[in-house]
Amino acid sequence: MSAKRTILVCCDTGCIASGSKAVVTALKEQLALAAAAGVAGAAATDATVEPLVKQTGCHGFCGYGPVVKVMPDDISYYRVKPKDAAAIIESLGGEPVERLLYRDDAGQRVTGREENPFYSSQKKLALRNVGELDPELLDDALSRGVYESLKKALTMTPEEIISQVERSGIRGRGGAGFPAGRKWRIAAGYNNNPKYVILNGDEGDPGAFMDRSMLEGDPHSVLEGVAICAVAVGATDAYLYIRDEYTTALRTMKQAILDAEAAGILGDSVLGSDKQLRVQVVRGGGAFVCGESSAMIASIEGAVGEPRAKYIRSTQEGLWGQPTVLNNVETFINIPLIIANGGDWYAQTGTDKSKGTKVFALVGKIKRSGLIEVPMGTTLREIIFDIGGGIPGNRRFKAIQTGGPSGGCLPDSLLDVPVDFDTLLEYGSMMGSGGMIVMDERTCMVETARYYVEFLARECCGKCVPCREGLRWLLDILTRICEGEGEFADLEILEGICETMTLASRCALGKTAANPVITTLRYFHDEYEEHITHKRCPAGVCRMGVAP
Amino acid sequence: MILAQEKLTELLQAYPPERQHTLAVFQDIQKECGYLPKEHIVAAADYLKVPLSQAYAMATFYHTFSLTPRGKHVIKVCDGTACHIKDSKGVLQSLERLLGVGLGGTDADGLFTIETVACLGCCALAPAMQIGEEYYGNLTDEIIAEVIADYRRREAGEVVA
Repeated sequence: MSAKRTILVCCDTGCIASGSKAVVTALKEQLALAAAAGVAGAAATDATVEPLVKQTGCHGFCGYGPVVKVMPDDISYYRVKPKDAAAIIESLGGEPVERLLYRDDAGQRVTGREENPFYSSQKKLALRNVGELDPELLDDALSRGVYESLKKALTMTPEEIISQVERSGIRGRGGAGFPAGRKWRIAAGYNNNPKYVILNGDEGDPGAFMDRSMLEGDPHSVLEGVAICAVAVGATDAYLYIRDEYTTALRTMKQAILDAEAAGILGDSVLGSDKQLRVQVVRGGGAFVCGESSAMIASIEGAVGEPRAKYIRSTQEGLWGQPTVLNNVETFINIPLIIANGGDWYAQTGTDKSKGTKVFALVGKIKRSGLIEVPMGTTLREIIFDIGGGIPGNRRFKAIQTGGPSGGCLPDSLLDVPVDFDTLLEYGSMMGSGGMIVMDERTCMVETARYYVEFLARECCGKCVPCREGLRWLLDILTRICEGEGEFADLEILEGICETMTLASRCALGKTAANPVITTLRYFHDEYEEHITHKRCPAGVCRMGVAP
Repeated sequence: MILAQEKLTELLQAYPPERQHTLAVFQDIQKECGYLPKEHIVAAADYLKVPLSQAYAMATFYHTFSLTPRGKHVIKVCDGTACHIKDSKGVLQSLERLLGVGLGGTDADGLFTIETVACLGCCALAPAMQIGEEYYGNLTDEIIAEVIADYRRREAGEVVA
């Protein structure tokens, strides 16, 4: 066997926090020692090339990090410590290190990802390269076929590209779910140049890290998607708007742009064609509202990020008044797949109106937490119990919160609901960008609603009255209820404010800001009543009746 | 800390004098100074040809920016949803006890400032915090005390050296 053996160490933010950098160092040291001694593990004989230690993006199983995967053997190790490095190097080509393997629900040790319940029912499209390559190496990306789709796109007409994206049925992954193909077609239809492409990487939802992992783990596929979009709509400039807190993602993307320019992939001539594309990174200022497209455009222009009323869409008059396509990181990273395999191929996955897969950050009170990708239409139950392994400590599941602060909390009676854009909306929540936070009986739903409202009140840009004043009053009333000072009349007032905000706010964030309150009132009304009538918090979270 | 004139000029001139670079210029100033000194906001507005009122609006609208000096190490306690339901409040209280200062405050040595952040994006390790560019997850009172003690030791070491 002449295949090169690689040891992939997850160096995504989560695993770094768990100490993966030290693991990389230890593995490299042990490798050097083994090489000096003339044996790189039992494997040295069959692997003609010395094994290579690579730092990769997110492997997904963040709760069990640092994660290490040995390829091509497909052996995954979890919670690896630097002191385990010697054993791993020694085992190469032989028996895996038993104690570092994952123990499945039946207590069996499993080596490969296919046997691990966390991974086995996932389907990796958007995350196809994340965790499999070194994001800092362009060659790694090229060896996995990145930029082949851009090459292909350059041989297609814009019309052909757009119609493939339309056929794929892919909808914007940022939350609203607008069909990406339709957006591109509108922008392509205008002839006033220049046109712009904006990548929304301002992942501001609390409890979400999907976009970060893609930016950090597979920057070139993201760039490829952006470039294909630019070619299709006739844009010459692209802006990547990324949160300033995401230091690694910013560094990785900047490096990827430089490397792609140096290789003639981006810049004055895209892959030797007559197309040009300049890509710039804009660091976000930590304002949640800037995830809204018109606010983001204002922010890039150098103004405060306040949304505008959308009588005219940004596809017509966006950045500096020019036609602009703005899509989320996850939308762009799917594009190369659609071009490579065709829109019809992509549309085979998913449900009738929500095609493809969706990446979720599965976190909270759950046994196996991390980054997952599943076909649209997977049920909440499959996600929480099959992939996530259920609730730790034999506690009872209470709710799952989807869609970030604009989403809602769904109860156990809705566990068999298939997850797609329309179904979640129907039940008062939304897809959002993909945060999924599992809550158990020890989570108070009134306090959860209060938490989201407090976040939104802080992040509200203050431009329109329903959102600004509505959130303030929601917060005031919810805080009172949590402190045991609530009255029954409050519930009716809450409902009234929510309705006004939903109907009358200016932007999508305002229109959805009441969702956490609306859904908890709808599904967990008894908890509100308990707080008001008996001054008691069933979850034991709110401290009531404590004299000041 | 106020930047010397040459340093400030160098920082500003890394960007063309256009409004669109306001955010980036401010971020660079804050990276250098730890906050946005008034003098520098004025200088940046002048250079970028932005009315001072607009520059001030930018400096106060975006949460990244602080108008007052902060400690040498800014501790960002994550209050994302996952951290919140895993008791990020406890993390905050633990830090407040250790440093003798409340949220938003800077300790007596000027070493630490405590802030919260909407989400650090390492939700699987909740509750978490960030100090500088380092992340710390699965926090307990013991771990927090250890991290702070470690920083203090390093600071003391630096002073001796």
